Amino acid sequence: MTPGAGTVDAQPLAPAPPAGAATTGGPGKRHRLPRARSATALTPVSGLGLGIALTWFSLLVLIPLTAVLIQASAGGWSAYWDALTSSQTLAALKLTVGQAVLVTAINVVMGTAIAWVLVRDQFPGKQLLEVVIDIPFALPTIVAGLVLLSLYGPSGPLGVNWANTRVAVFLAFLFVTLPFIVRSVQPVLLELEQEVEEAAASLGASRFTTFRLVILPSLAPAITSGAALSFCRAISEYGSLVLLSGNLPYSTEVASVRIMSSVEGDHLTAAAALASILLVVALIVIITLDVVSRRVARYA
Amino acid sequence: MHDTAAHRVIRWALRLIVIGYLFFLVIWPVGLVAVKTFAGGLAPVINALRQPEVIFAFELTLSAAFWAVVINTIFGVGISLLLVRYTFPGRRALNAMVDLPLSVSPVVVGLALVLVYSGRTGWLGQGLEHAGLQVIYAPPGIIMATAFVSLPLVIREVVPVLTEIGTEQEQAARSLGASGLQTFGRITLPAIRWGLIYGVVLSLARSLGEFGAVKIVSGGVAMRTQTATLLVEERYQQFGLVNSITAYTAAFILALIAVLALIIVTSLRPGKEASQ
Repeated sequence: MTPGAGTVDAQPLAPAPPAGAATTGGPGKRHRLPRARSATALTPVSGLGLGIALTWFSLLVLIPLTAVLIQASAGGWSAYWDALTSSQTLAALKLTVGQAVLVTAINVVMGTAIAWVLVRDQFPGKQLLEVVIDIPFALPTIVAGLVLLSLYGPSGPLGVNWANTRVAVFLAFLFVTLPFIVRSVQPVLLELEQEVEEAAASLGASRFTTFRLVILPSLAPAITSGAALSFCRAISEYGSLVLLSGNLPYSTEVASVRIMSSVEGDHLTAAAALASILLVVALIVIITLDVVSRRVARYA
Repeated sequence: MHDTAAHRVIRWALRLIVIGYLFFLVIWPVGLVAVKTFAGGLAPVINALRQPEVIFAFELTLSAAFWAVVINTIFGVGISLLLVRYTFPGRRALNAMVDLPLSVSPVVVGLALVLVYSGRTGWLGQGLEHAGLQVIYAPPGIIMATAFVSLPLVIREVVPVLTEIGTEQEQAARSLGASGLQTFGRITLPAIRWGLIYGVVLSLARSLGEFGAVKIVSGGVAMRTQTATLLVEERYQQFGLVNSITAYTAAFILALIAVLALIIVTSLRPGKEASQ
């Protein structure tokens, strides 16, 4: 469900995005604001609109997220530290970050390969793959868990049973993060001028050299932003793991599941402490992407 | 570029790896859910759908998603206009912040809403409860959680279109004496309509499928606050064939809606080109 890359032949409505800063929707995209020249100062009516919008945004998003940070610090620094360094929480964090890094690394390779095949290769049924890429983004996460369970769980036709193991965590992360790098690399690859590659080839560069020295550097910002979003999505994943991973402490329990069990046990401060870590990581990713897309736009 | 035999082998290898990867990760597992749903024929599926809990869960899901989408559409169009057409202090920060809900774990969203709106301990929830409005463990909380997680989707579709169309036509309309509302209705809205529809479909799909955030704020009590995704979880974990078929049936319907939304959105793209 990604504009910008719904179909290969469909050009984005907005002009060609600079590398890494796709202008259209779905996972892996970022929008940039126009420079202020076409924008005007606030009128009384738009000022009132801004006031209403900001009030709603604060009530829905800003105040609740601030509440998480304040609740996390409610017991003081030592309580915060104790909550984060309890062995069960540490195990959950280690599993979450470790699997998210592994999955993101695989996505960097496979996502780029998939984007490459979708843009540069032609074969019957390619349009179907376009829809398949977006299914993990569109599918409710609880259904995603059920989906993976039907092939990799008990009584699956492959005869493997990875339910309630760490492989299940890995598979769930891999499934839900599939579209991110594909959808951020694809529009950049579409815009890439093939003349440059032909020039490189005519100067005697092998295809591999051309890929490494000409194509890869142009794709790097898009791969980076896709990887950041993919990592962010993986560490915050919850729904697909509920049925699939068994949520066994010290074994298959990830950070989000740990937060959920703290909430259900009414340990709100412990839940908020771990939530604050996830929140900070999300903020860092957002700010990094904003800075990266600005820098890329400036030098494009 | 000349195609040598080696290049053809690489191209075929890459193609097969990609198709194989997608087959094992997405195509086969998704197909199996459809197969498992209809393994016993159509009758058990229809019986599953007749259960009052299932009907209630889907009605609740639909109404919460409807209100969340209405809120996000109005808010999204307003914020997009403000971000693109006006300058004000904090504009860049706001532009970055509206993306935040997509990066926050649904569980954190649920926890955040409980901390503020819980009738027992919440900052604002206690006051609201006294005023007779229960948010957490009630439909308003479900709507808020759903609106939170799908908040950026309309904005992310409308902002690029608004940026692209520029202000000339709007200014022309204003100089000919059109009011702000007339300009919006006759010039701006028709210009952004495809981006907007696109964003609404994405929001709707996301809203119908929300699980983690809704699980925390709703409590998931059957016939009271249990949405469709929560029903899938509960029934799957219970014993017995009927429960299992009910879980698969509800999951199948949710998946069907998601895939349909996907196809609608993909097919809207050429329409978007044609409208220019």
